[in-house]
Amino acid sequence: MHIVYAILDNPATKWAVLAMVMVMPLASLLTWAERRQSAMMQDRLGPNRARIPWPVVGRTRLWGILHFIADAIKMIAKEDFVPGSVHRGLFVLAPILALAPVLVAFAIIPFGPTIYPHSFTSVLDTYHLAAGSPETAAAFTDSIRLQVFQVEFGLIFYFAILTLANYGGTIAGWASYNKWALLGGLRSSSQMMSYEVSMGLSLIAMFLIWGTLEPGAMVQLQGSEPWKWGIVAWPFVPIGLISFVLFFTAAIAETKRAPFDLPEGEPEIIGYFVEYSGLRWGMFFLAEFIEIVFIAAVITTVFFGGYQLPFLDADGFRFGGEWVLVNGQQVHLGGAFAPLPHGIVTALQIGAFGAKVILLCWFQLMIRWTLPRMRVDQLMNLGWKILLPSSLGLIMIAALAKLISFL
Amino acid sequence: MPAGLAIVLAAGFAGLLFALAVFVGPSAVTPEKLKPFECGSEPIGSPRGRYSVKFYQVAILFLVFDIEAAFMYPWALLYRQLSFSGGHVSIFGFVEMLLFVVTLVVALAYVWRKKAIGWD
Repeated sequence: MHIVYAILDNPATKWAVLAMVMVMPLASLLTWAERRQSAMMQDRLGPNRARIPWPVVGRTRLWGILHFIADAIKMIAKEDFVPGSVHRGLFVLAPILALAPVLVAFAIIPFGPTIYPHSFTSVLDTYHLAAGSPETAAAFTDSIRLQVFQVEFGLIFYFAILTLANYGGTIAGWASYNKWALLGGLRSSSQMMSYEVSMGLSLIAMFLIWGTLEPGAMVQLQGSEPWKWGIVAWPFVPIGLISFVLFFTAAIAETKRAPFDLPEGEPEIIGYFVEYSGLRWGMFFLAEFIEIVFIAAVITTVFFGGYQLPFLDADGFRFGGEWVLVNGQQVHLGGAFAPLPHGIVTALQIGAFGAKVILLCWFQLMIRWTLPRMRVDQLMNLGWKILLPSSLGLIMIAALAKLISFL
Repeated sequence: MPAGLAIVLAAGFAGLLFALAVFVGPSAVTPEKLKPFECGSEPIGSPRGRYSVKFYQVAILFLVFDIEAAFMYPWALLYRQLSFSGGHVSIFGFVEMLLFVVTLVVALAYVWRKKAIGWD
């Protein structure tokens, strides 16, 4: 294996590309998009002033997109300050604990197909790839799988890691030695716990349908035909759709954003980060936006076919026709087929993943600015009395539907 | 192992941001700044006082129901083998989980009735 491919296939490289090149810029842009979106919905202008003043030619404004750079510079240059009565160790630890787990959780997300660098310019020979014969093996060596961490317990890793982020808010609230921060921290922990249960349970129906917890395998199973994706999994009942609604609700509650933003509750308690300022506060803020991207990525993977572009297979576009088993090999009969080089297919599929994630992020922004904040009792009732029984019911309905489908 | 790498890298990144905050920003501490932030009022009492037992109840219920959920993952993955093996359809897996979920729902109904869930 060539050293370049070894470096590219290294988990550290893949994580760095995913987290620093794809996720961080998107999360930073979302901070601008959120303010711009809310301004549009409230008939205001929103941030549109940040610009690069070029010496002679004029200036670059780009509708204020550059605001996120201005914000970052401002936060870094602000006074770094620890109030007098806080618990120093935990106060310092909390923002790190809020930010790091969210970035780690991205490790399980498959953000593109497996790349075969030696077949980059040719149409991928899926027949020989599946057959694995030694003569053609050279074309498929040095492959790079666009998923950092592939394990059978895939999505359990996500539940486990993201729960750690919960400690960030709770510890921040307690360590701050401030009544409002403590209230925010307590609300944050009780809210996370209430919705964590339904979040785990609402996806079990999908695990039941796919029979796997591994996100990469889930994307493979969904395939390139949109009517086979998770959201439209419909064995007698719209299980995919119901599961999506339940999971999405619980996941938004987990990100602690409106209509579930009680831990922050700006007009009343400010939140668990009331004593934080500058970049330390910025880390909580960034963690929230990265979580938005992460929720979008998980939903894309489980419900919307991950990196699959409709009708695009590994070797090109296929419309119509059907797959038939001939001599132990899957052969496609009928329909139209437009072959594409492997490089273009890869680029299209990574683009499809990005587009789906961005659309779902935007959807979350729309929800945040459309729905009013709930009261604490409504929040608890929704979590325990509606979401929890519904997800339990959904599991049994999915099991029954699956059982009938075996008959 | 890849997960460990990701954890180290993510913690390193968070630490880097933290170091930036410490080394780049100015520092001008005044006694007023060191006080807990309560919009300029003098803080009354300590924030280490009592708080509602409701938070504690939620934590206990979370433990119960989240551990129940942990039993469902292996069942969901093995459901195909449990219900359809050797060409025969078996309701074993379904009935087992039905009993489990019914027990869970009875427990949920109990805490519901006792008003341990909800916030009134």
